[in-house]
Amino acid sequence: MTTGSVPAPRLTPRWFATAALLCCAALAAGEAGAQLQAAGSRPGVLATLWKWTPLVLFGPPREFGGFALNIAVSFLAMAIGTLAGLVLGLGLVSTLAPVRRLSWLVTQFFRNSPWLVLLFFVMLLTPFQLRIAGVAIPLPGWLKATVGLSLPIMANVAEIVRGAVNSIPTGQWESAESLAFSRLQTLWRIILPQCVKRMIPPWMNWYAILTMATPLISIVGVNDAMTLTQDALAAEQRSELLIPMYTLLLFFFFVYCYPIARWTIQLERRYAVRN
Amino acid sequence: MRSGTEGQAVSGSPTWTPDQPIVALHDIHKSFGAVEVLKGVSLDVAKGEVVCIIGPSGSGKSTLLRCVNALVPINRGSIKVEGQEVHDPALDKLALRRKVGMVFQQYNLFPHKTAIDNVMMAPLLVLKRPRAEVEAQARRLMSKVRLEGKEDAYPGELSGGQQQRVAIARSLAMNPDVMLFDEVTAALDPETVKEVLVTIRELAEEGMTCMIVTHEMGFAREIGDHIYFTDGGVIVEHGPPDAFFTQASDPRTRAFLSQIL
Amino acid sequence: MDALWDLLRHVHDAYGVNLVHFYDGFERGRLLRGIWTTVKLAAVCIAFSILIGIVGAWLQTSRQRILKAAVKVYIQFFRNTPPLVQMYFFYFALGPQMPRVVNDFGVPQPMFGSFEWAVLSLSFFAGAFNVEIFRSGVEAVQKATVEAADSLGLSRWQIYRYVVLPLAVRICLPALNNNLVNLAKTTTQAYAIAVPETLFVASQIWSDRINVLEMMVTLLTFYLLLVGVFVWAMTRLERRLRVPGFGQ
Repeated sequence: MTTGSVPAPRLTPRWFATAALLCCAALAAGEAGAQLQAAGSRPGVLATLWKWTPLVLFGPPREFGGFALNIAVSFLAMAIGTLAGLVLGLGLVSTLAPVRRLSWLVTQFFRNSPWLVLLFFVMLLTPFQLRIAGVAIPLPGWLKATVGLSLPIMANVAEIVRGAVNSIPTGQWESAESLAFSRLQTLWRIILPQCVKRMIPPWMNWYAILTMATPLISIVGVNDAMTLTQDALAAEQRSELLIPMYTLLLFFFFVYCYPIARWTIQLERRYAVRN
Repeated sequence: MRSGTEGQAVSGSPTWTPDQPIVALHDIHKSFGAVEVLKGVSLDVAKGEVVCIIGPSGSGKSTLLRCVNALVPINRGSIKVEGQEVHDPALDKLALRRKVGMVFQQYNLFPHKTAIDNVMMAPLLVLKRPRAEVEAQARRLMSKVRLEGKEDAYPGELSGGQQQRVAIARSLAMNPDVMLFDEVTAALDPETVKEVLVTIRELAEEGMTCMIVTHEMGFAREIGDHIYFTDGGVIVEHGPPDAFFTQASDPRTRAFLSQIL
Repeated sequence: MDALWDLLRHVHDAYGVNLVHFYDGFERGRLLRGIWTTVKLAAVCIAFSILIGIVGAWLQTSRQRILKAAVKVYIQFFRNTPPLVQMYFFYFALGPQMPRVVNDFGVPQPMFGSFEWAVLSLSFFAGAFNVEIFRSGVEAVQKATVEAADSLGLSRWQIYRYVVLPLAVRICLPALNNNLVNLAKTTTQAYAIAVPETLFVASQIWSDRINVLEMMVTLLTFYLLLVGVFVWAMTRLERRLRVPGFGQ
């Protein structure tokens, strides 16, 4: 197995042009709003945006929140979802019919339920703390939200695993069997290493989808970038800030997600040629 | 077979008369990027004449046909169909394509339409003729190409030879004055080549003007009024079939013929 | 029916399983109206997003570079930003900028309500994916088939409408199917701008009647059914559109 180095996303001139265009649009909108107001006593739109940027990005002082929390939640939910998804995916390709059927049911359930409903489900139906051997472990909202978001990821990762395993020609299974490998050994040592490459692009795609789903946690009361943007707008009470502030938030997500999308497409092409 | 709309659908340049060449190519040049595919080709086709163009692969035969139909723009020269210049930015392409029918090597039928719908599509959409009339004509054409009973079959359910005959019927439905055949038997099984050639021969015998690019030398000799041999983007030699096939003078022609015959 | 409601009422009294949203006429009405709103929202968004997809893919075949670039920016923007933030942007940021119209009672009101904004934002969101899906379908149509239509004298629009699009739709139906299921699920997000769809009324019912678990199970069952019915309908459509000898 060659472990080819993974290429970094190429930030093309087009990418910069698009980013610049969005910046300009936001600024122009802001300036237009400011001109309309023409209230000299208040700080300009740009200055106000700048004032709130640290809050939206990193949350209130001495507290973890904002866009950084969105990213942290996305990492954690992806990690949990991937691990659980691997196990569930192996269940989907199990030779034991009951295991396979149960895994199928679980996968279908979490794949086809709306994310927001699953999020409510976990938020409202898990306790606010766990008692293990008399020790109370608090379960903060953001952790429950993370688990809620990891459920659909788990189901979709399981599908990726199933698809990838099934894409390996049966000859590989047969030759491994003839070498007296057990099924689990075959899966772990021979099949999965071959699958990894083709699993990476769809897996990254799901990571991007997950990141763009993280603002949903604002609905269930977590201090993410969405919540803080709305807090900032409520504090300012200035209608000309509406478009610039929301544009800024969209912009943060775009800058984070667009390179991932480009990178995914590049990897897809690379691996498509190889296979 | 021609009926109804013929008068307005087909109208050449006002100065053109049927005794002049129906297709007149003069000094055509065509390049794809740096590669010059046609390097000054001139030939005339009279009304009712059957012209066969032969030559090695990549000699520009197919490009030549595509130019006549304005599917490919040329770089230099003049193409006149019924006296009307094709190499003209102001050309009414649709008017030209009503006069010139084309059949392709890969049949190129519309896979989501039944055989008869393939035949009816252009007369309905382009000529906007009444459906009943178009359908009657399509049924006549289907039986003309010996495919009665296959009207409702989809292209995917027909053999290559059958598909190619549907493609011929589809072109004929536009009542063209000139038919272009671009290696129409090259993709076919040997058994089905004959049924397509029979159809083309019948057309030729009815007086249809045909330009045929082909590798079937026997067929070209039998059906052609005039044979052109192209190589390297030029016409090397041409003449009536008997003279061409027995007394070719250019060494390139003789080499090609000795390879193929 | 009444017997069933009585049974559910009994189940509540005897076992504490609170299915008040079925047996109580008022709650049932609320829930049904919510479900109807979800179905309406999903149907309208699906229709609009498909329209956006078709027009966008058509514009991408255009020779106008600016048009092509505009479609590209639209796609990248809506694909790479969170749909929830898009919805807030439409509702909270663009909403107040829209002119007010005078209604039948002579009272000025916003031109679009939350339902209309949800339709707009969700359609543009799913539409961006549909453009890409249709484009890949269009690209998969054989060039030779298009050339044949061209040689028969069909106009550019006729070729697109009668040859390219019907073939492209058949090629990209599975991907389209996937995206539309996703769209149907994303309609829950309209909860955030108080569109009275299923999730929204469900949350009202569970806070009034304190039956979170029962309501949740009902809710999940409903969405699984909705997705199931949609997938079933799309599979039927796929089968109806299948052409003998084309594709697999």
